[in-house]
Amino acid sequence: MELLFVLLVAVFFAAAVYLMLSKALVRMLLGTVLLANAVNLLLFASGRVLRAVPPIIPAGRDVPAALTANPLPQALILTAIVISFSFFAFLLVLVYRAWQDLGTDVANEMRIAEPEDEPAPPAGY
Amino acid sequence: MALTFAALCLPFLAALAAPALTRLLGHRAAWPLALVPLAVFLHFLGFGAEIARGEVVTGGYAWVPAYNLSFSWFLDGLSLTFLLLISGIGALVVLYAGGYLRGHPQQGRFFAFLLLFMGAMLGLVAADSFLMLFVYWELTSIASFLLIGFDHGREAARRAALQALVVTGGGGLFLLAGLLILWNVTGLTQFSLLLSFGEEVRASPFYLAMLFLVLGGAFTKSAQFPFHVWLPNAMEAPTPVSAYLHSATMVKAGVYLLMRLSPVMGGTPAWETILPACGGLTLVVGAVLAIRETDLKRMLAQTTVASLGLLVLLTGFGSERAAAAAALYLVAHALFKGALFMLAGILDHETGTRDLTRLGGLAAAMPVTFAATLAAAASMAGLPPFLGFLGKEEVYAALAGGSPRAVVFTAAALAGNGLMVAVALALALKPFLGPRVETPRRPHEAPLLLSLGPALLALAGLAAGLFSGAFHAMLTSPLASAIAGRPETVTAAPVPHAGLPLALSAATLALGLIVYRLLGRARGAADRLVEDIGWGPDRGFDQAMRGLVRVSTAVTRAIQPGRLEVYMTATFAVLALALLVPPAVYGEWPALPLWPAGVPLHELAVMALAVAGVGAVLSARTRLAAILALGIQGFCVAVIFLLFGAPDLAFTQFMVETLSVVILALAMTRLRLEPRDHRPLREALPDAAIAVACGLGVALYLLRIVQGRFDTALTDFFNLYSRTVAHGANVVNVIIVDFRGTDTLGEITVVMVAGLAILSLIRIRKGRGT
Repeated sequence: MELLFVLLVAVFFAAAVYLMLSKALVRMLLGTVLLANAVNLLLFASGRVLRAVPPIIPAGRDVPAALTANPLPQALILTAIVISFSFFAFLLVLVYRAWQDLGTDVANEMRIAEPEDEPAPPAGY
Repeated sequence: MALTFAALCLPFLAALAAPALTRLLGHRAAWPLALVPLAVFLHFLGFGAEIARGEVVTGGYAWVPAYNLSFSWFLDGLSLTFLLLISGIGALVVLYAGGYLRGHPQQGRFFAFLLLFMGAMLGLVAADSFLMLFVYWELTSIASFLLIGFDHGREAARRAALQALVVTGGGGLFLLAGLLILWNVTGLTQFSLLLSFGEEVRASPFYLAMLFLVLGGAFTKSAQFPFHVWLPNAMEAPTPVSAYLHSATMVKAGVYLLMRLSPVMGGTPAWETILPACGGLTLVVGAVLAIRETDLKRMLAQTTVASLGLLVLLTGFGSERAAAAAALYLVAHALFKGALFMLAGILDHETGTRDLTRLGGLAAAMPVTFAATLAAAASMAGLPPFLGFLGKEEVYAALAGGSPRAVVFTAAALAGNGLMVAVALALALKPFLGPRVETPRRPHEAPLLLSLGPALLALAGLAAGLFSGAFHAMLTSPLASAIAGRPETVTAAPVPHAGLPLALSAATLALGLIVYRLLGRARGAADRLVEDIGWGPDRGFDQAMRGLVRVSTAVTRAIQPGRLEVYMTATFAVLALALLVPPAVYGEWPALPLWPAGVPLHELAVMALAVAGVGAVLSARTRLAAILALGIQGFCVAVIFLLFGAPDLAFTQFMVETLSVVILALAMTRLRLEPRDHRPLREALPDAAIAVACGLGVALYLLRIVQGRFDTALTDFFNLYSRTVAHGANVVNVIIVDFRGTDTLGEITVVMVAGLAILSLIRIRKGRGT
């Protein structure tokens, strides 16, 4: 069963990297969303997948049944989902504001912090 | 023991107090501040009788006992002599600085640096443990940097400060490496113990490595050729600094180290070849360069270089009386050179110039200065009965002999000393005798604060010569014993005895007189010689620094071109390599997996849909299509979570994806999404290759992980205690809010910070609009 997850993660990861290598910020943004999902699936699969019941302890018992899903990766992913969502929202606003102020969404045209023709440092002391 | 510790700490405390005290008292703060080195001087003078009997004093506290590190001191004739010189001359220099920088707005800062240096230097020569020596060694370099660059408004001062720091600080790193090897070879971290392990050190196969590294530290600090350049340049510092650091104390730290290690590492052919050769060369080069200068301070600095060369020569020469000669010359030099520097400072201060050719006929206006200069210069020239005479006699007694080696080094010493006599004559006579020369300022006698120090030092040189018996018993005999590593008795007397040394002394004086009479021509000859050579280490330093800046600029521009795609490409390329190279190297590929049997159709369909969604995101041509495709893959992932026993994840994912799509739709309508990917094929192919390599690498790692054994310890823990301890049925929720509650707090903080950042990004716009 894990093989399907492996393939899925490979596709998500490659697509995310390809989008993030683009010069257009909007595509990079889409890439980060895919990357978050890729990482979440990776975490999920590395905790082993079971087509089984969720990790909830039935009433009247102290421990879950023998065959329940692994709760640990789920907890980690839950945190990751929320954080990647806030990251996505922040990036989106940043891209949007950059586009409003600089009139471009191409990363290479944003050279205010690192100008193209920066002078060499002075040779004196 | 506590008192010695206090004496070693006191200068640092005084350095802290100095600025406030100077604000309160002005230049008169020099008087109370000079009490600090005076107290240190008196404290260490108390050990004099003990040390003179040939005993050593050790003490200290454990620092890191596990590593055999201690804060400990070791007083023998060598360290005591240095401690007395540093604190004694230090007290006089503090007073001198009070007069020299009177009214300077930064005088408090100057006192602080000076006392900081004093503390570092005292610690350096008292140190018993290697680490302490190294820490104080580098601290003296830093203090020297601060003092040379004191007048940091001038570029020349900044350059000189940086040069001194680069040369001496860099040399310190060599020393550190040398000490670490010494520690490894002997297992010792203390000089007091090391002294009886000389055999082992000299027989070690690492002896040469240790020697070169230690010499790297000592030669840079003590300005041996070709590292001598920083010392004359350090004359950019105010004169009290030149008198104290760059003649009497700091530059002798290298000589101190060589003397300290001479019983341990000395006596080998390498030691007795390298040290005399470098020292002799430095002696001659320094003396020739001194003749060339007309600036009083630079002249003195070059003779200091020459004297340091002579000391290194003597330390390494290895003849019977070399240790005694080194001991005598060391003290004599500290006294006369400290005095001469301060006197040169007085001339500069009171006349407005320190150019030898613009001074003359000042004897009437400055009688005290003249007398003190005469006394100090007589010691430098080696006239009886001054201490310098004793030193020179002893030097010639040590060097002179029949072997070719002795002849060569005697000749070098004769040439160097002869030129130094000429410099001494020029310094003592030229500014004071002859017709009066107009100076920028009307000359008058220096105030007490300025003249006290040099006068006392010059007198000390005379007194030590006259009462040489007591002086030897107290200071030079223990010092020579420490250098030689066996009991020595120094006997040099101020009354000339007929013999080879006296003849050589007479020859030195004659040579000095001749050069002095022909000073103008000698200067011209030395000038031409230097100009014919053309390139020197000083220019080499500039070239090295410029090259460094150029290379670092080029490297920075190459790895930080300011284009995001370069950074992204590099990051992911490295990631792909990091994922794929180790399994290739170690042959740790995962086993070929089998296609899982019996996968229900609906699961396959959801996964296929997710892949289709990803493909659609990649090829979307319109904004709406991109948003839609992004939503499809997100919802598919949520369904996958749902199918595999993670309803909490699924619900969160559904919510987040919905929100994302809504927000994206709001923002994207105003954003531009190019109809197609803008990348031409020649860019798209490498990008795709990196992307595929990354995907492949991650997939292979995941495969390897799931094929391995699964450790369920953590999962079992959470399952076991979720209800029994944390009283929750939903294990995932219990982990989030209970077992990993702090983690969740961090997560909430991240969300909040992101929200604030978004809010402020939007607000900025609004603020500008109105």
